Amino acid sequence: MSEPVLIVENLKTYFDIAEGTVKAVNGVSFTLNKNESLGVVGETGSGKSVTMKTIMGLIKKPGYIPEGKILFHTDEFSKDGKKEYIDLTKLPPHQFTRIRGRHIAMIFQDPMTSLNPMYTVADQMIETIMYHQNVSELEARKRAIELLRKVGIPNADKRIDDYPFQFSGGQRQRIVIAIGLSCNPELLIADEPTTALDVTIQAQILELMKDLQNEFNTAMIYITHDLSVVAEIADKVMVMYGGMQMEMADVNTIFEKPTHPYTNMLLNCIPRHDAKKEDLEPIPGQPPIMLDPPNLCPFLPRCPRATDRCRKELAEFKEVEPEHFVRCWNPVADTRMEGDK
Amino acid sequence: MLKYILRRIILAIPVLLGVSIVSFMIISLAPGDFLDSYRLNPAVSADQVKNLEKRFGLDKSPVVQYFIWLKNILKGDWGDSFTYQIPVWDLIWRRVGATLLLSITTFIFTWGIGIPLGIYAALHQYSLGDQIVGVIGFIGLSIPNFFFALLFLFFAAKTGGKIFPVGGYISLGYDSFPAWKKFLDILWHVLGPMITLGTSGLAGTMRVMRGQLLDELKQDYVEFARAKGMPENVVIYKHALRNAINPIITALGFSISGLLGGAVLTENVFGWPGMGQLIIEALLQQDIFVIMADIMLASVLLVLGNLIADILLAAVDPRVRLRLG
Ligand SMILES: Nc1ncnc2c1ncn2[C@@H]1O[C@H](COP(=O)(O)OP(=O)(O)OP(=O)(O)O)[C@@H](O)[C@H]1O
Ligand code: SF4
Ligand SMILES: [Mg+2]
Repeated sequence: MSEPVLIVENLKTYFDIAEGTVKAVNGVSFTLNKNESLGVVGETGSGKSVTMKTIMGLIKKPGYIPEGKILFHTDEFSKDGKKEYIDLTKLPPHQFTRIRGRHIAMIFQDPMTSLNPMYTVADQMIETIMYHQNVSELEARKRAIELLRKVGIPNADKRIDDYPFQFSGGQRQRIVIAIGLSCNPELLIADEPTTALDVTIQAQILELMKDLQNEFNTAMIYITHDLSVVAEIADKVMVMYGGMQMEMADVNTIFEKPTHPYTNMLLNCIPRHDAKKEDLEPIPGQPPIMLDPPNLCPFLPRCPRATDRCRKELAEFKEVEPEHFVRCWNPVADTRMEGDK
Repeated sequence: MLKYILRRIILAIPVLLGVSIVSFMIISLAPGDFLDSYRLNPAVSADQVKNLEKRFGLDKSPVVQYFIWLKNILKGDWGDSFTYQIPVWDLIWRRVGATLLLSITTFIFTWGIGIPLGIYAALHQYSLGDQIVGVIGFIGLSIPNFFFALLFLFFAAKTGGKIFPVGGYISLGYDSFPAWKKFLDILWHVLGPMITLGTSGLAGTMRVMRGQLLDELKQDYVEFARAKGMPENVVIYKHALRNAINPIITALGFSISGLLGGAVLTENVFGWPGMGQLIIEALLQQDIFVIMADIMLASVLLVLGNLIADILLAAVDPRVRLRLG
């Protein structure tokens, strides 16, 4: 049952700044099916957030999309049962407000700052519901309370009139999730939604998101630094580095057969289960050049497997086996590299 | 909230008393008094000076003088001006009127233009408009008021007083004007000192407003509002501006405290009969009741301004409102 809701083709997002061009997203392609969840990993600055903001139409000057397509499907645009896609890169800004929040929702990293401190939760939820759906304020309020219940806010009918600062961090992220799901979007993008929360709350929020995804049949893109989260929540994993995809495959393949040297090193960096932190540990070497990068493998400066060919041309993002894509001239043959126990 | 306001007003009473005691003390401690010029004048005999001392109450100790003054104040009597030999209130109220007229129009000029310009500049960052606003702001902040006033008057005089009046409060034929023309005439005269006094404040307000709004536009909740699909004008005017304006509104409350301050230099150059000139004169002459009246008025306004600033802050910021209960 592969029903793509989102097809991203060779997407590029550049920022023209005084020093040159930052190629934050440099040719990303993927397909996301209904109900599917895609985990996106990669070290800081690899272009994960910019990719998602591009999909959301939130890139502003000096950023622009020099190339690529973002094809999005929703039944709303499809006439007579025919499946049609709209290219979000061509959508004018005033129409994008009908997509954002309604068909594609995004939640951010820091729940403490995602809500406007000046307005009540009710206000911020109701404005969203009323903007996208043709309902009365009373009806919108009812739905908002229902959603708050669903995400586990106790006394939702009273607490809805409180201000964000009257809630804890975990509760605020629950509210943000409720707002994200308030219009039944086809796609929910979560940009490190639990990073700012402490560990037990993280687990709860993750559980909540999984449940809601099942209930709402939403496709999901989940950005994280935490590979254990990926293992838990994602069907498919995309590994990014220097604005490019390094590897993409279903979650089992990634964990069992990490083929790209970078993926391989990432997985080797996961501490054992008994260790407290499960965040990615830095890999030795410098972060990738994003400013006017050469047209070569971004991982080259840090890659232990680099060959002469790597210094001459960039490998394609190739399907090495069905649904398993790798961008590398010298991929790791089978299982993990040396050093794995 | 009402309880809070009441408590603040009650708390203000000892503050005002304290201010009056300290001010009275400082004035009394200053060497000499109003009658010094008489004492030095050979045409005035020692007896006459004695009589005057008695009449003005200057023969009594400062403490006794203070209590007499306090008693009278509570009865609504501000005392007489030594210099003019008329009740202080009669002397002051016209000046208060002129000063308030000038400061309130300046206030409206400053905020009414500064805020929209600041918003415009923030929303069109780096555009030509933004740069023009920036240059105006820079000029406004860097030209001293008296110099600006002189430039203004020079311009007014060169154009024969047709575009702007060459100083003063009212035109010659003022008394024969119909009411509406009187009003316009005063407004016309207030323009000069208002623009002079207002430009630096305007520049400041503009820059603060611009900076605030730019800061808020970078916040996560703004991006989240966009992600929710809110149209750009809702994002800007409902979400970002609502946060950006808070400190401005508070500053607005505080600036109420300065309404009676008067502006000596500007008033002088424009011949505006405000408080500033009167105060300087009273200070030089040690016309004690005039000074005290002014200090007390300014203090009341200061207390009031602070209170209004706090009330405004509570009105605009739910975090403060809930804390005050
Ligand atoms: N407005 C901008 N102007 C210029 N460069 C930008 C801008 N926004 C992002 N970038 C650059 O784009 C690159 C990718 O940033 P992005 O935020 O997507 O990284 P990320 O993978 O989300 O990292 P993190 O894990 O830290 O969130 C970075 O090098 C960043 O400096
Ligand atoms: S292409 Fe070459 S440099 Fe890049 S990851 Fe593969 S082996 Fe390393
Ligand atoms: Mg990010």
